[in-house]
Amino acid sequence: MREFTDGSTAIVRGALDAGCTFFAGYPITPASPILMQMMRELPKVGGVAVQGEDEIASIGMCIGATLAGARAMTATSGPGLSLYSENIGLAIIGEVPLVIVDVQRLGPATGGATTVGQGDVQFARWGTAGGYPIVALAPSSVAECYSLTRRAFDLAERFRCPVFILSDKELNMTTTTVDVAAYEAPAVRTRTQLPAHQKPYRYLPAGEVPPLAQYGGGETVRFTGSTHDERAIITKAPAKVAQLNEHLRAKIEAHVDEIEMVVHDAQPGARTLWVSYGVTAGAMRAAAAEVRSTGAKVSTLTVQSLWPVPERAIHTALANGITRVVVAELNHGQYRREIERVAAGTVEVAGIHRVDGELITPGQFIETLQTADVAR
Amino acid sequence: MSDPTTISTLAHYRNETPYPFCPGCGHHAILDQLGAALSCLQIDPAKVVLVSDIGCAGLSDQYFSTSAFHGLHGRSLTYATGIKLARPDLKVIVIMGDGGTGIGGAHLLNAARRNIGLTVLVFNNFNFGMTGGQHSTTTPTGAITSTTPGGNLERPLDICATVAANGAGYVWRGTSFDHDLSERIAEAVRAECFALLDIWELCTAYYVPKNKASKKTLTLLLDQLDLKAGLLHRAEYPEYAAAYREATAPLLGKPLPSPEPIAARFAATLERPFHLVIAGAAGGKVRSSARLVGEAALLSGLWAAQRDDYPITVKTGHSIAELVLSPREIHFTGAARPDAMIVLSQEGLGKVGAQLAAMEAGDRVFTVPDLVDPVMTRAQITIIDPKAAPSKLAPGRVSLYCVARALRDLGILPDGALEAAATRRASELSRENAETMRWASV
Repeated sequence: MREFTDGSTAIVRGALDAGCTFFAGYPITPASPILMQMMRELPKVGGVAVQGEDEIASIGMCIGATLAGARAMTATSGPGLSLYSENIGLAIIGEVPLVIVDVQRLGPATGGATTVGQGDVQFARWGTAGGYPIVALAPSSVAECYSLTRRAFDLAERFRCPVFILSDKELNMTTTTVDVAAYEAPAVRTRTQLPAHQKPYRYLPAGEVPPLAQYGGGETVRFTGSTHDERAIITKAPAKVAQLNEHLRAKIEAHVDEIEMVVHDAQPGARTLWVSYGVTAGAMRAAAAEVRSTGAKVSTLTVQSLWPVPERAIHTALANGITRVVVAELNHGQYRREIERVAAGTVEVAGIHRVDGELITPGQFIETLQTADVAR
Repeated sequence: MSDPTTISTLAHYRNETPYPFCPGCGHHAILDQLGAALSCLQIDPAKVVLVSDIGCAGLSDQYFSTSAFHGLHGRSLTYATGIKLARPDLKVIVIMGDGGTGIGGAHLLNAARRNIGLTVLVFNNFNFGMTGGQHSTTTPTGAITSTTPGGNLERPLDICATVAANGAGYVWRGTSFDHDLSERIAEAVRAECFALLDIWELCTAYYVPKNKASKKTLTLLLDQLDLKAGLLHRAEYPEYAAAYREATAPLLGKPLPSPEPIAARFAATLERPFHLVIAGAAGGKVRSSARLVGEAALLSGLWAAQRDDYPITVKTGHSIAELVLSPREIHFTGAARPDAMIVLSQEGLGKVGAQLAAMEAGDRVFTVPDLVDPVMTRAQITIIDPKAAPSKLAPGRVSLYCVARALRDLGILPDGALEAAATRRASELSRENAETMRWASV
């Protein structure tokens, strides 16, 4: 059985099924359909959806609501993500679980409001002061918009950090056909209560994350965006500050394997590996099917967990005779940098980059194949 | 304050840590009065959240044994709003300086408009005390600060008039020297509305030495600025967090959205992906007609994708829907050379010139009579005249009529599939669609 739907709807359903109870957002194309649907749906579960006066207020409300027990999501596009910047930092240092949907459009600035883009990949990673890691997932189909939204809520809870869903205008606003059996439903952990008399933060061993302390229980709860000790008391003591910041780094970077999500479609004997993510990976799937039907060989890697970079999976995809990698994305090569870094000169890395507001086509993938790939 | 009972209860809300403020700073007195107010209210400290902004006043929450949230500059009202919306039973008290009313001005206006149940204490000392005495939104005209060495040129913000005019439920102005401040704070918390107290005070580090300010000059300043002190405004608007729950209560427990599968009832014979473009005018039901074609494809066991393009001014100009119908899963939804196009209006024609030019002899174009510009294409052109319908078509029915005629001609979907899609919802529109489909089949 199939349905005719779009990525916005799938993200909303994923959020609701994951237990989302709070949403705040500011109207922006192409993320507005999520805002409008959440306004309509959240009251059904006793949740709250608000249109903030701007993006800063919207993400701020989400952070406040989370501390008061809600499971929150917000959705925006590039210009709004710019305004989220400072509060992304607050959610990182305060260890606030939060799902941030960035329905990417062509940038910079107002750019193309109704035009597809994938230009926020590095911005999501480095979009706030300090340089601390976040988690970012990129759905490459409407069905993945659903499953990765569920996954995002789970990871946000697991690591108590902002988790991005990097979607785009095309996935969210184009209606397409989904086989309902393709909606995977990864488990979403429930929020556990911080046991009585326990500190709300834990830095050792690095990477361990205690349950979130929430307002309104029997005990007082402190929260601060300043460097703090395990009781959330502001401190500048170098040893404690170092522990805190190392913890913020390690809790994500030491658990890459737990976050890692890729689809590695390896073809024995292939020399070329196409790498892509998001909507562009759809064209890659179409291109691979087409060239393989003619006897050509190509392997593909769809990266679903963009951040932290799934280096182990990338190394695996680069092994077994691959001599050339082509990274396709709707920007000037933002993730190609990461592939080049991981490949470290062991293979040639090229790119397909498009910033004219159109999608990368299956034909553009196929054009990258060389004689050795197609000769049999 | 000398009553020993009061002091022991006060200690319940204040912790043991001494304040960090400069000698003579008004923050001492205001926080003592806040402690007294909390003691008077006797609310569980775990149910009180002090949300502090940035600046010296932003340090305040650390000296209380209540719950606390210390966030970013100017954003305290947004966190407080989130907390109150998620847990309306909590008492949320915001502590911000005059600086916060500037950088967070939009939040101040909108929190007031919502009349959300927050108590906002503005520690107003007319300058940025923590960062070196720079001028703020409330610095009086002519006042000397480190960034207005020749005297402030801007007019000070009247915080109270601003929030009172925009929906706040309780507005009071006074100073840190007022003996009734704790009673006013308690009154504001009990009011369960957007309650703001504009508390004037002295910054002994910067503002006092540069402007010879004193307790007495605070009173004089009121007259100079023609402002009043005391309870300035009281209004009974609905409190937002409560109003939200009341307004949304009828929706509670209603079913959540789930997939809406469309079972295949017809057998399609389409063997390759087919690209169909419908080009019309805004308001001409182009997108809804295209959606019915997509649903008809699913009813026929096919896969479909629909990409719409229209100007941001949605009621004018073009409306284009690009459809892909395919016997296989569609992984790429981008543009391709259309196999067929239905041009319904001049607005649509103006947008598809390049696609028409790219179409080839075997492709099909359907148009209506009397378009201003010629349809320039090598594709075979067929005219569909909506006026040929058995009855006069309302403007909103022309699109479906033409699409139905064109699809019948193209033969890409099984007979009856589009009609089944057009009538699958139980509604008046389905009845109207059924009639349009009947006329199109004549």
